[in-house]
Amino acid sequence: MSLLGEKEQVIVSEQFQRLENPVRMIHFTQGLMCDTCPETQRLLEDLASLSDKVTLEVHNFAIEQELAAQFQVARVPATVIQTEKDFGIRLYGLPSGYEFASLLHAILAVSRSATELSEESKTLLRSVTTPTHIQVFVTPT
Amino acid sequence: MKLAYELAIENDYITSDMVEVSEYPDLIRKYQVRGVPKTVVNDTVEFVGALPEAEFVAQVLRGVIPAGLENR
Repeated sequence: MSLLGEKEQVIVSEQFQRLENPVRMIHFTQGLMCDTCPETQRLLEDLASLSDKVTLEVHNFAIEQELAAQFQVARVPATVIQTEKDFGIRLYGLPSGYEFASLLHAILAVSRSATELSEESKTLLRSVTTPTHIQVFVTPT
Repeated sequence: MKLAYELAIENDYITSDMVEVSEYPDLIRKYQVRGVPKTVVNDTVEFVGALPEAEFVAQVLRGVIPAGLENR
């Protein structure tokens, strides 16, 4: 059974019409000690089913630790949203409510490899030449 | 959250995590998360609340380590 309702599926499908480059969702999960892992995987499966341009790759965090380390993933559920290029975008946990919208935005934005930032912001951001890690902590809405 | 992703797309040095923190009590303790959204940059700069783009970028830039000092 789909986690997304019929209306949601239509909305997401419409948004996915705007996808350009293929998007890979590289997902790390595990069977034990992770309450939200099954639901998160199902949600991602639902999304991947709505566009040929969105693929889901599921990895077992407990077994594939080397791969997880390559992606700098240290906890589950974790999802890397990327094209052929890894932009350094990671989601931890089940994206529900407002964060589901953020996930859709991330998929669309990486697919286009373009942002809606102002020219002023883009100019300022060019000054960043050292690794900079942003963490945004949210709760289910 | 959208802004954090956009910054990561815009600049290859920037990485962005979105964390449903209620699933990770250790992170709630480590980063003393009492209000959300809470943003932490390089474990040094932090702020609570959704900021407009210009302010968000300014806060992130405060947390950037100057070139040459990043390995110290």
